[in-house]
Amino acid sequence: MTVAEVGRPRASRAPLKLRKRSPIIDVLQVAVLAAVLIWFTLKGAGAINYNWQWYRVPVMFYRVVDGEFILGPLIEGLFMTLKISGAALILALFIGLATALLRRSNSYSGRALAYGYLELIRNTPLIVQIYLFYFVLAPIVGTTPFWTGVIALAVFEGSFTAEIFRAGIESVKKGQWEASDSLGLPRHETFRRVVLPQALPLMLPPLTGQMVSLIKHSAILSAVAVFDLTTVGLDLIADTFMAFEVWLSVAGVYLALTITLSVSVSLFENRIRKRAQHW
Amino acid sequence: MPDSSEKPLMIELRGVNKWFGDFQALRSIDLEVRLGERVVVCGPSGSGKSTMIRCMNRLERHEEGTIIIDGIELTDDMKNVTAVRREVGMVFQQFNLFPHLTVLDNLMLAPLRSRKLPKNEAREIAMHYLERVRIPEQAEKYPGQLSGGQQQRVAIARSLCMKPRIMLFDEPTSALDPEMIKEVLDTMVELAEDGMTMVVVTHEMGFAKTVADSMVFMDEGEIVEAATPADFFSAPKSERTKTFLSQILIH
Ligand SMILES: Nc1ncnc2c1ncn2[C@@H]1O[C@H](COP(=O)(O)OP(=O)(O)O)[C@@H](O)[C@H]1O
Ligand SMILES: [Mg+2]
Repeated sequence: MTVAEVGRPRASRAPLKLRKRSPIIDVLQVAVLAAVLIWFTLKGAGAINYNWQWYRVPVMFYRVVDGEFILGPLIEGLFMTLKISGAALILALFIGLATALLRRSNSYSGRALAYGYLELIRNTPLIVQIYLFYFVLAPIVGTTPFWTGVIALAVFEGSFTAEIFRAGIESVKKGQWEASDSLGLPRHETFRRVVLPQALPLMLPPLTGQMVSLIKHSAILSAVAVFDLTTVGLDLIADTFMAFEVWLSVAGVYLALTITLSVSVSLFENRIRKRAQHW
Repeated sequence: MPDSSEKPLMIELRGVNKWFGDFQALRSIDLEVRLGERVVVCGPSGSGKSTMIRCMNRLERHEEGTIIIDGIELTDDMKNVTAVRREVGMVFQQFNLFPHLTVLDNLMLAPLRSRKLPKNEAREIAMHYLERVRIPEQAEKYPGQLSGGQQQRVAIARSLCMKPRIMLFDEPTSALDPEMIKEVLDTMVELAEDGMTMVVVTHEMGFAKTVADSMVFMDEGEIVEAATPADFFSAPKSERTKTFLSQILIH
């Protein structure tokens, strides 16, 4: 038996079945779809004699006044969306990990808590959850609109992240836990140094998808007046009546953001996979 | 063996019962293993051999009876369980090496994270045992790059790095290609010669004859027969043992 043959066999590669197709394919699909949509939009606009004013759009991104570079409202909205999404993502990862661990724990109340949370969040509309956080929880707890939004989003996305963590953890073979136990490794060390490093490469693709959804879902916070990209879009239309240009620009910015994200994660993923080749 | 009974008891099982749901996997198991003793366990598949030795380091929980390992009783108290696991090494049929870590890191993990040794000391121990299983040159490779025999020797070295007083082996050569069985058995013979207390589940009867102090035959969750290898192979008492031996010695 050659080294290569020895390296291949067994279930070592099997867990990769959890992997979904490359996000680049998704991105391409979206791009094609977008092109078709734009074409229809332009045709439709022509039909209703829409008065295009694209020349007024660049100032929504940036202006140069007296040689000074000033960010336009769309870019500021983008930054706000990034801030909300970033903070919500970190929080969602914590919530997801904690929920996944609780579901595996020996404590009955811990499992019940995780189960109740998952059912509650999955079976109510996001917009209702957001209203609950804004109009019921925020006045009681006294969080700022920004943090209320972040928490609401994170609680929602955390329920999906929990599933991703659970699947990742369960993909690691039982023998890995047993070997760690037999060596007297404490649970948290087993988790951190044995299980998580093996689960992570499998979790990255679905986590990327989750991040993209999170960015998209953050738009719903415009319903409660956080100054994110979508709120900015709404305000700009109220001021300029340029609905087509503004919405197309806003969609373009979201698209650019999620494409950048997908591509950079898939590059990172390739690096990890290369490292994991000999597993 | 009159002199061996002077030696301290390392493993003591008294009336151990274990169920998986309704199915009783172990039936009133009694077993004593003294310091430096080598016990070989055999029996048909599904007879409870794995379950028994996995109870010895609490990978399985027994429901009834007493298990005392090196003076520590195994109970639900995790302190005792951890204490026992530091004393007891285990080698699995499927090796269970950590595929994402190099051989050296596989060996250093427990000394670093379980015994909290400093890095240079852990590395020294790891290299020492890698040399002992004769593959120091593989230290920087990943388990998947090694042959099965090499992987199992790494797994043995990984257990030894915790400096256990007892080693448990659960069919350590069953997953190996025939040409690699010997290198693993040789490693185990050397370990026996150094006086390690060992419980080995195996069907390698040649190995059993050379190293075992006592043979244990299990069937349907019971210890049917326990004897010295000489008696066990030449004059088995129970019919079930005879049948089993005739089957296994043919091939
Ligand atoms: N985790 C488990 N759940 C249910 N049944 C089990 C489990 N582990 C082992 N068993 C059963 O217990 C019996 C003994 O198994 P085992 O100790 O693995 O036997 P052996 O190692 O002698 O082949 C078998 O019938 C097996 O199916
Ligand atoms: Mg077995």
